[in-house]
Amino acid sequence: MSAPRTLYDKIWDDHVVQQDPDGTCLLYIDRHLVHEVTSPQAFEGLRMTGRKVRAPEKTIAVPDHNVPTTLDREKGIENEESRIQVEALDKNARDFGVNYYPVNDVRQGIVHIVGPEQGWTLPGMTVVCGDSHTATHGAFGALAHGIGTSEVEHVLATQTLIQKKSKNMKVEITGSLPPGVTAKDITLSVIGATGTAGGTGHVIEYCGQAIRELSMEGRMTVCNMAIEGGARAGLIAPDEKTFEYVMGRPHAPKGAAWEAALAYWKTLFTDEGAHFDKVVTLRGEDIAPVVTWGTSPEDVLPITGVVPNPEDFSGGKVEAAKRALDYMGLKPGQKLTDIAIDTIFIGSCTNGRIEDLRAAAAILKGKKVKDGMRAMIVPGSGLVRAQAEEEGLDKIFIDAGFEWRLAGCSMCLAMNPDQLSPGERCAATSNRNFEGRQGRGGRTHLMSPAMAAAAAITGHMTDVRELM
Amino acid sequence: MDKFTKLTGVAAPMPLVNIDTDMIIPKQFLKTIARTGLGKNLFDEMRYDADGNEIPDFVLNQPAYRNAEIIVAGDNFGCGSSREHAPWALLDFGIRCVISTSFADIFYNNCFKNGILPIVLPQEAVDELMDDARKGANARITVDLEEQTVTTSDGKAFAFDLDPFKKHCLLNGLDDIGLTLEKATAIDTFEGKMAAQRPWI
Ligand code: SF4
Repeated sequence: MSAPRTLYDKIWDDHVVQQDPDGTCLLYIDRHLVHEVTSPQAFEGLRMTGRKVRAPEKTIAVPDHNVPTTLDREKGIENEESRIQVEALDKNARDFGVNYYPVNDVRQGIVHIVGPEQGWTLPGMTVVCGDSHTATHGAFGALAHGIGTSEVEHVLATQTLIQKKSKNMKVEITGSLPPGVTAKDITLSVIGATGTAGGTGHVIEYCGQAIRELSMEGRMTVCNMAIEGGARAGLIAPDEKTFEYVMGRPHAPKGAAWEAALAYWKTLFTDEGAHFDKVVTLRGEDIAPVVTWGTSPEDVLPITGVVPNPEDFSGGKVEAAKRALDYMGLKPGQKLTDIAIDTIFIGSCTNGRIEDLRAAAAILKGKKVKDGMRAMIVPGSGLVRAQAEEEGLDKIFIDAGFEWRLAGCSMCLAMNPDQLSPGERCAATSNRNFEGRQGRGGRTHLMSPAMAAAAAITGHMTDVRELM
Repeated sequence: MDKFTKLTGVAAPMPLVNIDTDMIIPKQFLKTIARTGLGKNLFDEMRYDADGNEIPDFVLNQPAYRNAEIIVAGDNFGCGSSREHAPWALLDFGIRCVISTSFADIFYNNCFKNGILPIVLPQEAVDELMDDARKGANARITVDLEEQTVTTSDGKAFAFDLDPFKKHCLLNGLDDIGLTLEKATAIDTFEGKMAAQRPWI
């Protein structure tokens, strides 16, 4: 009998091409996702050296960061640098023959939403992308993480990556979530509990009843923010929900291949007694709808709380909290529900999937966005948008006073024209509340789509449970 | 990455110390989608005036040095930011070798990733090579990586030290990718095995 292994151990073992005596491994990469920002120099490198993409059929490219999300997208991209980056991806995808979803393809969207949607992401795979939120794909029980531009070139040329193995960390969420509490609240609460460095050097496996009870969309939300918790990747063991989600997707296996795949996927779980280097347990019942108050994703509090006093922290966090409150324009002791919001952004690879839009629509149905607010919904992909329209969600949003946008990263990082102005305060469903992330001087409060929808109605941060 | 074995070429004398990466390639040229094409902006602010006209005194604008492949420079070449655009710009201009008494660490390592040989020599040797470089286009310096020597146009040779692994990579044109490609058989074998075990991928 071999020693019990974790899910991470199993996927890792199945992808080692070669191991050096010092533990450095050549790891095989099953799927390589590519977007326009981190790939141009990598493709250029291939051209300079006369190299090819080793496995174009395993490489998937889609522009997302720079694309306009306004309805007149077909007019083209105004900002020259953005346009050139997108055009470069067009050309590189064509020249090197990789799978490609151009801007005006209905399947275009945020790379981490398109991958699973098209069935490129499958359990037990290794998935990389020049983007830290590649962790999203871990929801399928795939080992997925971000890489730099030189590594993008390395994967393009060799379909491998030079890697050392991380440690194993288990995050267990026991019991069930109370009503009004979602996957976003789980993932933010975990970061709040462990800190943004809590997962450093580890691959997290999320498990427990509350995780099992999440849909695939919710699981992607949880894994998406493993990176904000400092982890290299997040994983959730595949189960019937996973298989059901994958079945029938354009690039999922079919027929006999499906049966063979399924048999393998069912072996992808952590063995009884396998060793974890670190374990964190949260009770699902204890998790409340949360928001961030500061400029780090670990600055998390239940919506029923008050803005903390920096003096209550210790070490370097005291200064960081002072600086954060100053940047955010908040005072210690202020009730979180008293904080007025200017802008609502619902979207991103964290919360831009159909379930997120349904959750927002459930709150917004028959209601209006508070006067004077700017509110936008940016679906994660063209297909999410189409699905929402089929379900009539777009009408709910438009009637409420939301802008109903085309797919892309949009105000998650403000590389396109969707930006906050200095001092503008935003309730955002994205993943980073860093200074300037959504535009210079912009103030970001991270929360779930339902919570963002609630804030849209009242004009301030609101406990969504009061509107349910 | 191109191999570096032996190079005989014109050397441009740049006796300035502390030539930093901002001088080598100013920050306004970093918003590029390419690694190539930076050669025209190499040393941009030293090379062109505010109107974009060439400054005739600058060494690379002088007829003798327009096709220089080597730079002989003062102490601490390449200090400043970690931008890989600096070696990219040098390479794009045609520089394959820089000789100095010392280099900034990050720049030094970045050179090897891009097929550029940075050579460290004692002050006296650099002084003699600087004098030789000043003679213009007819004085061609020879750099032999295999032998680890630099030879002036008059045939005076200086030996230099180099990490054996870095030497191996440069001689064979190997970057990380090149090294991994040496394991192509192992990757082929792995793919073969995978096609049997997990054909759906
Ligand atoms: S939505 Fe935001 S976090 Fe996700 S890939 Fe785009 S920019 Fe990155």
